[in-house]
Amino acid sequence: MTERVDDRVSDDRSPADPAVLAGAESFARSWATAVIGSSYVPMTRAEVARHLQNLTELLVEALFASPFRTAPGYEIGSRLVDAHFTGTDTLGRTIQLLGDDLLAELGVAGDERLRSRLAALQGALSAGYARALRERTLAEQEAIRAAVLDARDQAEAMLRASEARFRAMFTEAAIGIGIADIDGRILDVNQALQDMLGFSVEEMRQYNVRDLMHPEDAGSVWRLYDQLIAGECDHYRAEKRFHRADGEQVWTHLTLSLVRDDHGEPQYQVAMIEDVTDRHLLQNRLRYQALHDPLTGLPNRALFLERLARVFNNRAKHVRAGLCYLDLDGFKVINDSLGHDTGDQLLVEVGRRLDHSVSGQGKLVARMGGDEFVILVEGSSGEQDIVDVADRVLTELEAPIRIAGHELSISASIGIVERQLSGTTSADLMRDADITLYWAKADGKARWALYDPERNAREVARFTLSATMPRALERGEFYVEYQPLVRLADSKVTGVEALVRWQHPEFGRLAPDRFIELAEETGLIVPLGRWVLRKACEEARRWLVEFGDAAPFVSVNLAVRQSRDPELVRDVKRILDECALPPHHLQLELTESAIMGTADEPLEALRALCDMGVRIAIDDFGTGYSNLAYLKHLPVHELKIAGSFMEGLRAENEEDPVDSQIVATLVQLAHALSLGVTAEGVETPAQAARLLRLGCDTGQGWFFARPGPPENVDSLLRGDL
Amino acid sequence: MVERPNWAPGDIDLERPSVARVYDYWLGGAHNFAADRAVAEKTLETMPEIRGVVLNHRAFLRRAVRHLLGQGVRQFLDLGSGIPTVGNVHEIAQAADPGARVVYVDIDPVAVAHSRSLLGGNDQVSVLQADVRDWRRVLGSAEVGEQLDFDEPVGVLMIALLHFVSDEEDPRGVIAGYRDRLAPGSFLALSHAGYDESDVESTASVEARKIYDRGVTRMTFRNRAEFTRLFDGFELVEPGVARVPAWRPESVDDVEEAGRSFPGFAAVGRKA
Ligand SMILES: C[S@@+](CC[C@H](N)C(=O)[O-])C[C@H]1O[C@@H](n2cnc3c(N)ncnc32)[C@H](O)[C@@H]1O
Repeated sequence: MTERVDDRVSDDRSPADPAVLAGAESFARSWATAVIGSSYVPMTRAEVARHLQNLTELLVEALFASPFRTAPGYEIGSRLVDAHFTGTDTLGRTIQLLGDDLLAELGVAGDERLRSRLAALQGALSAGYARALRERTLAEQEAIRAAVLDARDQAEAMLRASEARFRAMFTEAAIGIGIADIDGRILDVNQALQDMLGFSVEEMRQYNVRDLMHPEDAGSVWRLYDQLIAGECDHYRAEKRFHRADGEQVWTHLTLSLVRDDHGEPQYQVAMIEDVTDRHLLQNRLRYQALHDPLTGLPNRALFLERLARVFNNRAKHVRAGLCYLDLDGFKVINDSLGHDTGDQLLVEVGRRLDHSVSGQGKLVARMGGDEFVILVEGSSGEQDIVDVADRVLTELEAPIRIAGHELSISASIGIVERQLSGTTSADLMRDADITLYWAKADGKARWALYDPERNAREVARFTLSATMPRALERGEFYVEYQPLVRLADSKVTGVEALVRWQHPEFGRLAPDRFIELAEETGLIVPLGRWVLRKACEEARRWLVEFGDAAPFVSVNLAVRQSRDPELVRDVKRILDECALPPHHLQLELTESAIMGTADEPLEALRALCDMGVRIAIDDFGTGYSNLAYLKHLPVHELKIAGSFMEGLRAENEEDPVDSQIVATLVQLAHALSLGVTAEGVETPAQAARLLRLGCDTGQGWFFARPGPPENVDSLLRGDL
Repeated sequence: MVERPNWAPGDIDLERPSVARVYDYWLGGAHNFAADRAVAEKTLETMPEIRGVVLNHRAFLRRAVRHLLGQGVRQFLDLGSGIPTVGNVHEIAQAADPGARVVYVDIDPVAVAHSRSLLGGNDQVSVLQADVRDWRRVLGSAEVGEQLDFDEPVGVLMIALLHFVSDEEDPRGVIAGYRDRLAPGSFLALSHAGYDESDVESTASVEARKIYDRGVTRMTFRNRAEFTRLFDGFELVEPGVARVPAWRPESVDDVEEAGRSFPGFAAVGRKA
């Protein structure tokens, strides 16, 4: 610190002088105005003014002090900085203002000595200010640098802590974690993954991710891997198996994620691998339980259907497959009589034998439930393959089964279906096998039956017919045709046979042989027969009214089931009454078997009808086994000889002596019993001539007339033809 | 709990000007580096008035804090507090009441580190490095929890801060986050850069803003109406919204010229 001393100070003014004080105050105000606004000073304007006033007073004191010292100037410079008058132009303005104004404000402008003192003080103030500012600046610079270091340290410490945390997470995680670079080189694996796979980190680092490929990996696993490595996807999940170091397998859920660098380029891959082996094995066990029959241990229906669906799913063009649908014959009896326990043991043994006799690739034996089993043969080469299987099974089941002291002989029925898979469905296959099994049962059990599409079609048609028949009757799809019965002696029409027809909307016109048997099975024959009877009687009544004595009787067929219907007599009587038809205008035709049936009731019914005056004819006579002795006790008026005997009488030039002899004998027999004889199936004039010669009474057949609408009969009666 | 820092050591880049250090330079401080000074100087050359502008914001801080002290507020949450230079909130507050408590919050890690070193040993002051937009984190922080009692009035300060929060960042939502935590009788003091709808911004100002936006960070100026809307849920104390120097000036000289055209508003609101 330099300090110049000048003793030659005038004493006509002093700092205590009021004029000096006022001058100092005025100067301080100018000073404040000059420096305010060049840096932030945490004071109000008034506080700033007061502060500068103090400094001015110090300055003035120093100016007049004796001895003169420059130290206060130095201090003032320093105090300016302390108060944060740190603006770049603060010092300049201050020095300038001091030089320009201070001495004048104090009223001592002309004092040379004071001017030189002031110059010295200005210099000291500048030096003090500069030094303080330099120190302050250095301190602040130092502080901010330290702050930068602190901040960095702090950030690094936090980063280290967070890294430590992540490391801990990585090492301690229960899930396996592995990191590899983009080329698949394994960089790090955590403890869990080491334990899971049985390799150490060092060993794992020898591997490339691709070395972890497993033959059972789904193709998608590695396709997605390539996409991920190429940066096309950011993560994916997959189920994946790994080989352990000890050769065992681990089932896992794998999540692979891509880590990119700051520019978005693929950098690392992170795998999270969860060991699900236990879950997998449990699932397998549950699945096994869900898909197997607990009794026999064979695959159950669910597994069979699943397998069947699979066969149908990945079928190639010409692949074939076959099914044996097997059902034990009479199992229910065994079960009921010997108990379920025995039944169950029997099923176990059957299952064992089936499994034993059917083995090998592409074959599956399953228990469908109850005593039903099924054998699926994939990739069969033809029906014979499956027939062979069925034969083997049937043979295998022949040996008696010994259970609890019983020697049980059993048999089975098998339905076989074998076909090419394209163009069919698993449901078709099952349904057809089921139908075929039913055939095997119906055909006599202890055998196999082979699916036959034609038989099936027939049965389907039959089914359709029997199902639609009741509605058909309501809708009037049936109608009746009449075929004349002609007296051979004079070719006069004496009767007509009523023949029912079905105008089926789908199959067209159907003859009785297509549906009468069905109607018998379903029982519809009773209402249908009643309807035909009424129709025929109405027609007969019309003819009676129209043609009087020349009117023909109507001959109506009576099915076996009708003949046993307890309502028969009452129905016939009511219909005759309602149509007002004399009973002798009605003839009922029954087959031999219907009449010869042992039961008494039908006979009584026939007698009642006969007593009523209704004619009874035996249809198709000669084809059954008639008890001829019995015949004479029966209420019968007419025998109709089956058309098959007419064959030998057909040709013009020669006749079959046997047929001719049979017909002659039948005619004689009938006449001996005072029965009339009608020959059916008369188709040629030669036949008609021969029948007349043999003494036959009546003829029926195309030679006379085909069956037709009632109007045809009208024409005949009128002699129009 | 150890938090993961929301900046990395590498982020402390002395080559990149920081809002806090540029501001310090304008205030006459030396807590700054060459890059900060360069952009600060460049802006000053284009628009010398900028120094007066920042001085006025800082002066408003002083007046606002003194006013709140007068209202009995003894706790302060200084959001976007910057680099402590002279006349810091805790200095003003603790001069009035040595028991006053202050939490400084700033996003700038250097400003925060500096604040910490300066305040070591002052138990009534804490410093938190956080983004004020993340009010949940700020209010949930240990610093705020230890220092402030939200059953009592708190003075929330956002001085020269919100023009760094764009509309997309939802400044009103941020304020609401803090407001809902405050006890009735608490205050919000805001100062903000902006022009009145009728003002015509000088080319120099447009230029200076460009330099700042490009060299430091983007600012969002808000006009008087937009500024006023920031006080949702607060009642403005006298004189309401004013140009920064005109808010309760300490001297008429402070207002005169600058007061009419000053590019920024200030106000204090009280939560009812
Ligand atoms: C212009 S300074 C004002 C400092 C102080 N409030 C004053 O008036 O003196 C703005 C400060 O806000 C800080 N800042 C800006 N955006 C911020 C944010 N989103 N969260 C916390 N601080 C922020 C900056 O780092 C800077 O220190």
